[in-house]
Amino acid sequence: MKTFQLTRPKDSAQAIAATERTKTAQQGADIRFIAGGTTLIDLMKLNVEQPQNLVDVNRLPLDKIEATPDGGLTIGAVVRNSDLAWHPLVRKNYRVLSEAILSGATVQIRNMATTAGNLLQRTRCMYFRDTAMPCNKREPGSGCGAINGMNRGLAILGTSEHCIATNPSDMNVAMAALEATVHVRGGKGERAIPIADFHVLPGNTPQRETVLEPGDLITHVTLPPPAPGNRSLYLKLRDRASYEFALASAAVVITAANGKIARARIALGGVGTKPWRSTEAEAELTDQPVNDATFRKAADAALRGAKPQSQNAFKVELAKRCLVHALKLATQLA
Amino acid sequence: MSDRDHTPERSEAPRRLSFGQSTRRTFLSRLGMAGLLTTAGPAITTLAQRSEKAEQELSAAAKDAIPVTLHVNGKKHDLQIDPRTTLLDCLREHLHLTGSKKGCDHGQCGACTVHINGRRQLSCLSFAALHEGDEITTIEGIGQPEKMHPMQAAFVTCDAYQCGYCTSGQIMSAVALLKEPCGPDDAEVKEFMSGNICRCGAYQNIVAAIQKVRQGAKAG
Repeated sequence: MKTFQLTRPKDSAQAIAATERTKTAQQGADIRFIAGGTTLIDLMKLNVEQPQNLVDVNRLPLDKIEATPDGGLTIGAVVRNSDLAWHPLVRKNYRVLSEAILSGATVQIRNMATTAGNLLQRTRCMYFRDTAMPCNKREPGSGCGAINGMNRGLAILGTSEHCIATNPSDMNVAMAALEATVHVRGGKGERAIPIADFHVLPGNTPQRETVLEPGDLITHVTLPPPAPGNRSLYLKLRDRASYEFALASAAVVITAANGKIARARIALGGVGTKPWRSTEAEAELTDQPVNDATFRKAADAALRGAKPQSQNAFKVELAKRCLVHALKLATQLA
Repeated sequence: MSDRDHTPERSEAPRRLSFGQSTRRTFLSRLGMAGLLTTAGPAITTLAQRSEKAEQELSAAAKDAIPVTLHVNGKKHDLQIDPRTTLLDCLREHLHLTGSKKGCDHGQCGACTVHINGRRQLSCLSFAALHEGDEITTIEGIGQPEKMHPMQAAFVTCDAYQCGYCTSGQIMSAVALLKEPCGPDDAEVKEFMSGNICRCGAYQNIVAAIQKVRQGAKAG
């Protein structure tokens, strides 16, 4: 590991000032915020990340979960994943978020990992994590070892010829289905970024994963009030029953009455280069009858643009069945 | 590390190789030293020179050291450490609390599990310097051979280990689990314990030990 200086800012303003002069807030940043450290320290040990400065945000007063006046929820950036998953309001109103978080990692890691850190969780692509391998995300222009390589766990949606790395987060998938907003404070003031716009597709610049700029500090995430009468859940399919990343997952927030779907929000995990909100699937569900045929149509729509790689064609059907089963569970057909 | 090579325990190793009075750790280190003496006698001077070099390297690294105060097992420690020092390395190498183990060093095995402010975390995935003001508890603070925590006793009773390398991490997780929202079934215990890997496969007995303590607590 390369050595670094540790800065302990007293408040958010100091934290932002300390990171403004980093040349990038993306891969290869020379100044980074550190919270739980469960991704960053791992990658520093692998020399994938080599920041010269770390700014410790663990003590900033960004650790609260509070109801908003409109009936939504505010979640502080350094709220630990465990606290978020077990919070009574989350268990009651945002079941999908609780289930998604509890399906990821382990108790120890969830006790450390934070909301903002989870938003910025890095891919598990082995070519990204191994500095001996080519990877356009880690070293732009070096090529992609995963295309025609070991790509069984990698993405089939939102890929480019430069990168097929999966976004590994479960929390992000639930946040996408819940239409969360990410609140950022930077040198130029505050911004509210819908989660759909927060992560970006790899395209020609896979080293760029989010819209964050130097000095940008995620302060909190807000959730809109729960849709009246909705049922939500997270279904995760993986090689092991626990402590494993998703091969495919589905976050479903659905309101149905009298056998008809009034509203649906759908996001997929384990298959996309970013948390994969599927408005295509939502359109196939809205105002349609609650039945197998509707769900299958929605699943087909969600995966229509899928581009499988040499080892992961199975994910297309797996993701479809995952979504269909999640919808059945949510509407109590299963 | 080099300072450890000069501990009386090690220099006396060839004279007292009696296993009866030893902990496994001292026994193994003596065994290692004895092997070294028989097979590599002439290399001993090189070893001494090497340790001098390591000392110099250490003091060079110390230039980057920062002051850190840690509270571990109820004791306060004022340290000067390289900011890169993980909490695990700090506990083991600086405070000589070697009960917490380094398995994978990447947050995948759970052998390094400790309690921070009462909650279990992975000491290998955190820097010591991030824990000023935190209350850190290691396996040494949970219980001692003469006064074991009920969970430690249950691990012995249920034979919940073979090689023992993962055991301190398993016990730290198991003790934390008692206060977590874990359901009553074995399946739920397994899910809550999934962050602690046992290469020997003592899982059945680990679950049994945990359930024994939970049932005892309920009965009591």
